[in-house]
Amino acid sequence: MFLTDEQQAILNGEKGETMAKVMKTLVMYGEAFGADKMVPVTSQYNHLVTSFGLKMISPVYELMNQLIEAGAISQQKFSMDPRPLDKNVPANFLQNFIFNNFMYSKQDFYEGQLKQLGLLNEDAFTCACYLDQVGNKPQKGEVLSWAESSAVVYANSVLGARCNRNSGIMDIMGSIAGCVPHFGLLTDEGRKATWIVKVETTKKPEAQLLGSAIGMKVMEDVPYIYGMDKWLGTELDDAACTYLKDFGAATASNGAVGLYHMDKLTPEAAEQAEALICKGAQVYVIDDAELQRVQDNYPVIWKNPDAKPKLCFVGCPHMSLQQLKDWTDRVEQGLAETGNKKVLIPTVFTTAPGVKKEFEKTDYAQRLKKTGVILSDICPLMYMNNPLCGKMPVITCSNKLRTYTTARFYTEDEILVKITKGGK
Amino acid sequence: MRQFQGRIVTPGTVTAKAVVTHGGLNTLASFQKALQFGDKNATCGDQNNPDLYGKAMAGKALCLPQTIGSTTGGMVIYCACAMGRQPACMLFSNPIDSLAAAGSILASVWLDGVNMPVVDSLGEEFLNYVRDDMTITVKDDGTVCVE
Repeated sequence: MFLTDEQQAILNGEKGETMAKVMKTLVMYGEAFGADKMVPVTSQYNHLVTSFGLKMISPVYELMNQLIEAGAISQQKFSMDPRPLDKNVPANFLQNFIFNNFMYSKQDFYEGQLKQLGLLNEDAFTCACYLDQVGNKPQKGEVLSWAESSAVVYANSVLGARCNRNSGIMDIMGSIAGCVPHFGLLTDEGRKATWIVKVETTKKPEAQLLGSAIGMKVMEDVPYIYGMDKWLGTELDDAACTYLKDFGAATASNGAVGLYHMDKLTPEAAEQAEALICKGAQVYVIDDAELQRVQDNYPVIWKNPDAKPKLCFVGCPHMSLQQLKDWTDRVEQGLAETGNKKVLIPTVFTTAPGVKKEFEKTDYAQRLKKTGVILSDICPLMYMNNPLCGKMPVITCSNKLRTYTTARFYTEDEILVKITKGGK
Repeated sequence: MRQFQGRIVTPGTVTAKAVVTHGGLNTLASFQKALQFGDKNATCGDQNNPDLYGKAMAGKALCLPQTIGSTTGGMVIYCACAMGRQPACMLFSNPIDSLAAAGSILASVWLDGVNMPVVDSLGEEFLNYVRDDMTITVKDDGTVCVE
C-alpha cells in the first residue's frame, strides 16, 4: 500500500509508539482488503459503536487509556450508539441490580474516557446520528470512519457518503490517524451493484421485512433495487428517509449490507442509474409470497411460544420525529377503537435524545404519555442482550432487534393491534 | 490428510482440534455470554447457530465462512483474545469480512503474546471437508493441514 511520507513517518514511530500502532492497525486492515492507499477522513464528525460500559470489555478500557495517556485522541468529535440503561424502561429489582452493579458497572467510567477522546456532547448517544436533531449528517462524497451497521448503510446509501462497515475500535483508529484505507465501499468499483432486486409486491412492503429479505439474500453485496419509486416516490423527503432508515438497518443486520441503491431515489442511483450495475449481476424478485415466506421462517426462540408478551420495543434503529408523531396518532386511534385508555402491553418507543427533546416540545408528547407508552433513548438491543431479559417474551417490529436477541418480530400493524387491542 | 492453501491475515502457527460452522459466525451472539460470565471454554451462546451452539470455541481451530452481525464484532474478538478465550486460530473459507479482520488485527497489534493465526480464502471445499474434532495444523505460509 502506498503511504505518504507523513503516514510512513507515523508508522515508523516518529510520533510515538502508540501512534505507530494506530497507523499499523490501519495499514494491516487495508492490506487485508487490497487497499492501494490511505485517504483522509473528511466528515465533520465520527460515529462510534461501542457505547456500553460492560464490565466484560475491560480490555477496551485499557486500550482507551493507552490512547488517552499517549495523547492519541480523535481529531474529530464523535457521536456514539445509544446508552444501554434508562431508569424509565421497565425492569424488575433483580434486573436493575444486575444492570447497575454487574453488567454496566463501568458505564460512568467509560463515558469519562469517551469525553477525553472526543465525545460530541452528553446527548450524542444514538444509532441514528444522522437525524437533523442530532446533527451528525455527513455530506455526499465525504469519507467516514464510522461503525454501527445501520448508520453506515444509511450514510452510504441515503446520504452518498463513503464508509466501510468498520468494527468497533477500528472506527476510532481512523479518526485518530485522520485517514482510512482506501478499499471496498470507498471506491467507485466497490459501490457497484452485484444484485438486481425487483420489488413486485401488491402493496407497500414493510421496510423492516423488505430489508430483511434483501439482506439475507445478498449478504454483504450491493443491491440495486427497482420498483420502490411506486411506493416511496423519487424525492428523499422525510417519509422516504424514515423508510430507508428502517429498511437499511434490516439489510445490514439480517445480512451485512453496507450500501444499497434504490432506483430513482438514492443519490447515486438518481445520477447513474443502470451504470451502477455490474455485468452479470444476479437477480432477486420479491413479491408478496416471498415476503410472507421470509416472515414465516423467522425462528421463535421463546421458551413458551404462546407466552403473553411482557414488553414491546419500537425504535431499533431510533425513531425519527415524524415517526414518533405518526405512531402517537396510530396508538391513540387504536385505543379509541377498542375503548382502552392505555396500551395493554408495556411499550417503549426509543429515539435519540435530541429528537426526544424536540418531541417533548410538541403536544404529541403529552398525548403519547396518556397512552401509557414510555419514551426512552435507551438501546433496546443492549437492554435485551443479557440472560434475564433474554428470557422475557418481548415483541418488536424491528428486524435488527429480532436478529440479535430473543425478541419476536411482528409487522407494525400487528404490533399496533397487540398493544392497543390485546392478544398474544 | 488434506492440505488447503489460504491467505495469511495475521501470522502464526498452531495445531488444534476443529470446530466448524457452515453458517456465518455471529460474533457478539456467540461470545457475549462466555465473556460476561467467565466461561474459559468460550461456549458458543448463539441459539441461531445450530452448528456451534453449546460448543467450546476457546483453543479450537474455528472453521467458518465469515462472521456476521453487529459491528461490535471486532471489538468482541479483541476482548476474547485479551482474556485468553480466543480460538486457537480462525480459518475462513471466504475472503475475510471487515469485522473479523478488525478484531484479529487489533489483537495482533495491541496485545502482547497473543497467537491466533488467521487465514482466509481457503475455499468452499475446505469447509465441505473439515469436520468437528479433526486435527488442524496451520503453517506460517498459510497452508492448513486437516487430518
